[in-house]
Amino acid sequence: MIKESAYTFKILRYDAKEPERRPRFCTYRIRVIPGLTVLAVLLRIRDEIDGTLSFRCSCRSAVCGSCAMVINGKLDLACRTQVAGFNTDTIILEPLPNFEVIRDLVVDMTPFWQMYDKIQPYLIRRSHAPEKEIPQSEGERRQIDQFVNCILCACCWGACPVLAREPGYLGPAAAAKLERFVLDSRDERPASALSLVNDEKGVWACDTVFRCIDACPKDVRPTDAIVGLRKAMVKQSFKKILGKAKDET
Amino acid sequence: MIDHDILIVGGGLTGLRAAVGLCDRFNVGLISKVYPVRSHSICAQGGINAALTNNPDARDDSWEKHTFDTIKGSDFLADQDAVEIMCKEAIKIVYEMEHWGCPFSRFPDGTIAQRPFGGAAYPRTCYSSDITGHVLLNTLYERAVAKGVKIYPEWFVTSLCVEDGQCHGVVALDMHSGELVPVRAGVTFFGTGGYGRVYQHSTNSLTSTGSGIGMAYKAGVPLKDMEFVQFHPTTLIGTNILMTEACRGEGGYLVNNQGERFMKRYAPTAKELAPRDIVSRCIQTEINEGRGFDHPLGRYIQLDLRHLGEKKIQERLTGIRKICIDFIGIDPVDEPIPIMPCQHYSMGGIDVNERCASEVRGFYAGGECACVSVHGANRLGGNSLLETIVFGKLAAQAISEDMEGGIPKPDEKPLLKLKDEVEKKILRLTAPGREKPYQLQADLGVVMDQKVGIFRTREQLKQAVDKLPELKERYRHVGVSSPSRHMNYELINALELEYMLEVAHTIALGAMLREESRGSHFRTDFNTRNDRDWLKHTIARMGDDGGPAMSYKDVVITRYQPVERKY
Ligand SMILES: Cc1cc2nc3c(=O)[nH]c(=O)nc-3n(C[C@H](O)[C@H](O)[C@H](O)COP(=O)(O)OP(=O)(O)OC[C@H]3O[C@@H](n4cnc5c(N)ncnc54)[C@H](O)[C@@H]3O)c2cc1C
Repeated sequence: MIKESAYTFKILRYDAKEPERRPRFCTYRIRVIPGLTVLAVLLRIRDEIDGTLSFRCSCRSAVCGSCAMVINGKLDLACRTQVAGFNTDTIILEPLPNFEVIRDLVVDMTPFWQMYDKIQPYLIRRSHAPEKEIPQSEGERRQIDQFVNCILCACCWGACPVLAREPGYLGPAAAAKLERFVLDSRDERPASALSLVNDEKGVWACDTVFRCIDACPKDVRPTDAIVGLRKAMVKQSFKKILGKAKDET
Repeated sequence: MIDHDILIVGGGLTGLRAAVGLCDRFNVGLISKVYPVRSHSICAQGGINAALTNNPDARDDSWEKHTFDTIKGSDFLADQDAVEIMCKEAIKIVYEMEHWGCPFSRFPDGTIAQRPFGGAAYPRTCYSSDITGHVLLNTLYERAVAKGVKIYPEWFVTSLCVEDGQCHGVVALDMHSGELVPVRAGVTFFGTGGYGRVYQHSTNSLTSTGSGIGMAYKAGVPLKDMEFVQFHPTTLIGTNILMTEACRGEGGYLVNNQGERFMKRYAPTAKELAPRDIVSRCIQTEINEGRGFDHPLGRYIQLDLRHLGEKKIQERLTGIRKICIDFIGIDPVDEPIPIMPCQHYSMGGIDVNERCASEVRGFYAGGECACVSVHGANRLGGNSLLETIVFGKLAAQAISEDMEGGIPKPDEKPLLKLKDEVEKKILRLTAPGREKPYQLQADLGVVMDQKVGIFRTREQLKQAVDKLPELKERYRHVGVSSPSRHMNYELINALELEYMLEVAHTIALGAMLREESRGSHFRTDFNTRNDRDWLKHTIARMGDDGGPAMSYKDVVITRYQPVERKY
């Protein structure tokens, strides 16, 4: 027989449509077999105990990015976090920080997607498309590996200390997405495309304290992107100055 | 009331590709119950088939050979004209996705990398490590953003509006505000995905409920070949997370408790790379005959990758390794993976032709929710991603043509009437009721797993068919816990359940009536294929008594006469 253990789940609940009811923790006690994930338990709580509990989920295999939340103080996907992975039988769940809560663990991701849209998150080509594939070496492909892996779950957004004080900041994921294209050997965006994020709400706002890297469930390093973009911008402005100097002589 | 020329339902590969193909010329809206990049398509791992001939072992591959493999894999139930179209188009759409930025893995010569997959005579599966769905879906979403497609994320379509043989649009629930909104459109296109969650064990996302299929059916659109359900051979024990076919494509072995690579016995040539229906049955036979391993979560077979070595596993099966470590604490570099077969893919679906048109004017469907049919009785791995993009594109072309011919104006009256009906339905569901939707869904899943599974008999199928009206009766007493409508996932689940029950009914009855074994449909009481009586598609319509009414339709055969399938 499989041995069950008792766990206490404390979940922060709030409904933006009932602002008069303050955010509060609801407590659920549940018996769990080893190997269950936080998401699996959340589903059981919703199905068997409290159907009013609201949270997002879909793939349950850490690829769709729906179920990011704060689990015992750590930002992660509920679907890949083992209940037994903490040295305690109490699990505390809170919604992602730096977002407005819609209901319980469901946050309003609109600002996150606005920043995503802003950076022109798509391959830009100016040359004519070849008949077959645009050649790319294995090494060039590897350049973008880590940024390609981003699943847009927004753990990094929740972890970012800059977003906590500056709501208009670009955020780590959008920077990583931009760098994914800038580093892609096939991309031909004009240098001016970087000016979209070349300001104090853009890549210069980052504190480079690497919280986003710690929070990423996919081993993406958004800070690498931000540093990379900053370097590219500095290089560009040098070129501009030099170019201008040349023009003047 | 919202108005669009064309309404797309579904933010997976199919829906996005259709939207990208239409948005330049028409006023297009795209509704999806999840943010598009959360769609089930994101889960696809192994790859997408196209005869690019990049692999040194595939220099004389061709779209014709891809066509033949697909038809043979389908156990000759696929419509051959449609398969030809798909395999020819495959090459174009893979290059198109690459031009749009899709980061495929590469061969040393800089071309798109291709790997072997089950049931294919040549290595023609294009991939990006083991995250092919992720890169394809992101690329198409990026295209949709570049083109400014109007997207309604986290809107749930509750019903399809059809009156007098014409589609007028849908009624949808804006999950953020909780508002019920009629959406009027000259053309409605469904790319709503498969129905995996009708089964208890499935590799599919929790959102793969098949509600779009059930919705079309309830609105009077016929379904096709619903009894053909793919069971994937290798899913992780417990969670049933998929272990991609690429594990075997890269050289992985299947091993029983005698330490035997048993596939050699069943398919001497193809071995582990025989088509899925065959490998799943072999695994289940090994387990049933006592050669499986025991585990608290069930019996299993081993998928052994160890001989591939750490470098290859890390490079080509990165995600698989991470999943095994995260979800079951096993590193496939050191230990075999415990696997079992379970539900994976819906071959059947909304009956459409090769232009994705249904028999209802103004209603089209493509991708996993539809049945063109290109997969027949068994789909080959890597052909589904292909289908979604090819038919998303072709549907857009067909719809453009039909729009030019002038689609009759949709009417708001039936939509407003439908909205009232949905309103009443929600009021009923949010009143106290003695049944919980999840419990009912769980019970349905058990019936489907146990009675409509890999091996089928008349007796068990009859039990399932008899059980369904009982479950439908219980559905009338479903009540959800909260009357509020915003982000109320229990309510969404209750709304979807109505359609899941219909979908399950068509699967079970179709399977009971089909007295032969073909592809994924294996009857122990009729264990051979019977082309004389059953080389035909099953068509299910909602009957007057509320149950499915079945009829049959010929299979299109162009060049390939049915022969016995040997691997
Ligand atoms: C784990 C896994 C791995 C796979 N790997 C491969 C592979 O390697 N190669 C391959 O060829 N195939 C693979 N497949 C199959 C393939 O991924 C799917 O068949 C394909 O992605 C389906 O795409 P789709 O566009 O039809 O639907 P989906 O991607 O399922 O999208 C459905 C969309 O419809 C929306 N929707 C549904 N119902 C409603 C509603 N009522 N209201 C509003 N919106 C709604 C959803 O929000 C979603 O956006 C795999 C499948 C699984 C389960």
